[in-house]
Amino acid sequence: MRGQGEAGAGGAGDRARSAPSGAVLELIEATVRYAGAEPPALERVSLAVRGGECVGVVGPNGAGKTTLLRALLGQVACASGRALALGREARRWPRDELARVVGVVTQREEPAFPLTVREAVEMGRYPHLGAWRAPGSADRAAVERAMRRSDVEALSGRWVETLSGGEWQRVRIARALAQEPRVLILDEPTASLDLSHEMQLFELVIDLVRRDGLAALVVSHHINVAARFADRLILLAQGRLVADGPSAAVLEPQRLAAVFGWPVTVHRLADGSVQLFPERRPIQPNAGAAS
Amino acid sequence: MRRPSTPALFAALLAFAGIAAALGVALGAAGLSPRAIGQALLGRGDGVAVGIVWSLRLPRVALGFVVGGVLAVAGAALQALVRNPLADPYLLGLSGGAGLGAVLALAAGVVSAWVLPAAAFGGALAATVLVYRLALVAGGGLDSRMLLLGGVVVGAFAAALVAGILSVSDAVQLKTATLWLMGGLGGVGWSGVLVLAVYAVPALAVLVAESRALNLLALGEEPALHLGADVAVTKRRVYIAASLLTAAAVAAAGIIGFVGLVVPHAIRLLKGHDHRVLLPAAFLLGGAFLVLADALARTAFSPLELPVGVVTAVVGVPFFVALLRRWAGR
Repeated sequence: MRGQGEAGAGGAGDRARSAPSGAVLELIEATVRYAGAEPPALERVSLAVRGGECVGVVGPNGAGKTTLLRALLGQVACASGRALALGREARRWPRDELARVVGVVTQREEPAFPLTVREAVEMGRYPHLGAWRAPGSADRAAVERAMRRSDVEALSGRWVETLSGGEWQRVRIARALAQEPRVLILDEPTASLDLSHEMQLFELVIDLVRRDGLAALVVSHHINVAARFADRLILLAQGRLVADGPSAAVLEPQRLAAVFGWPVTVHRLADGSVQLFPERRPIQPNAGAAS
Repeated sequence: MRRPSTPALFAALLAFAGIAAALGVALGAAGLSPRAIGQALLGRGDGVAVGIVWSLRLPRVALGFVVGGVLAVAGAALQALVRNPLADPYLLGLSGGAGLGAVLALAAGVVSAWVLPAAAFGGALAATVLVYRLALVAGGGLDSRMLLLGGVVVGAFAAALVAGILSVSDAVQLKTATLWLMGGLGGVGWSGVLVLAVYAVPALAVLVAESRALNLLALGEEPALHLGADVAVTKRRVYIAASLLTAAAVAAAGIIGFVGLVVPHAIRLLKGHDHRVLLPAAFLLGGAFLVLADALARTAFSPLELPVGVVTAVVGVPFFVALLRRWAGR
């Protein structure tokens, strides 16, 4: 229903379809430098995310994960190389048009004023409404669909500041779905969630990818959860792409030990995905003298 | 707390504004009867009454309405811009700049009715530019925290200069300046209303056009960007438009506190935070509130007149406390 339903909608944003490669998000040899910082935050990184695919981005702190998202969202310019969203330079997208095709859920968000859940989800229609148009039946239907899909209908009248962390993240996914995007970008979406809420959230994301054909790009520190759900993992370190592929191929003990600076072992699960276990390295009482 | 529907809210606000305007015209030191006022409004009857109604009371009511409305809208917009519910139009150093401009003009010995507002306007704009420059960060965007801090710093600096100038001025100048700074709606006339409207109409239009972007900005800058707002452009427009509104209001009527803080909150509590409703509703309520406050200021100790800012604070504070308690009990 998505995809072809939008084909006739016209507008500058819809002219840009997928790139010839079929990618909805793409970096081509992208290098990003921040003023005053010598090593580039991102160095010659190439990657592609296609529809119906869930890609996890992992790596240590400062690896360039956030910069990678900022480049793909056109928030930062590439010093060289290209960042494309639906085949069009990310920096060239007007913000409202980009918000009609890409939904973003970040780790935290604190509204300055009280909002109900429904009001929050309705804001997902703003990129379609512009400054003046009043919401029509199509907008209301999109909001209902998004709330049903994210299972937040029962919360509809609640004030968002009374929600639990997991509920608030689901509401924000609903808001992103109300944008009717083709791509979902999630930046540390489960950093403050407990185990069951984290699993629920990832099950919802993977269901959206499988059933609705959305593309999902998930940045997470929780490598094991990302490895369970993502079709592919992208491992970044010091601004460079270290590995890109199925989790079993990317999560190699020696590579991970080098990237994270900590010894790990890797176990293969029955479903083919792998899980990583950091090894213990107890502090020696007389470590200073011994080494 | 149940929210009224939008049409019900606007019907109530329009009725309130009508009552406020009627009282503003009816009440005054001259003690005209309702009948005489009715006659005068139609341009008939006693020439003195016609003069009082058309040249004194009506422009005063109109000025109060526009000044109150403009301050309330500027306050509401700035609260969303800096994501702080306690923001008010004077927070960003404007009142200090306006005061300094006015006092400088007085110290220079200019007492023309036109120079004082112009100097205040210039001072407010100078403060606006200074705070804007301070808040520009490396990337070329406005940093909201720097706006707040820059506003406080510029305001404090201007206040120090005002105090310094006043302390070496003579008594007459001192009283003129102090009274002017306290704010008032008298003695401006239709021309003042017209000048204010020239500034207010385009600035109000800019803010209303940014209503949805302001809704998004209240979520935070990152979410706003992801939901399609051009955050840097919106912040610049809102800051400039709200500053222009405030500067024009200060030039016309001095510094009148509490309207820009309390009125947006009253609407937020009644109806929520959608700026598409909030801004026009705040305009109506702010206008009506200031007209009523001015009517009270004129009549409470008639023939003496209170500074209208005293009335807005005395009425505004308890009202604000009551609303806050209701909000907390939601």
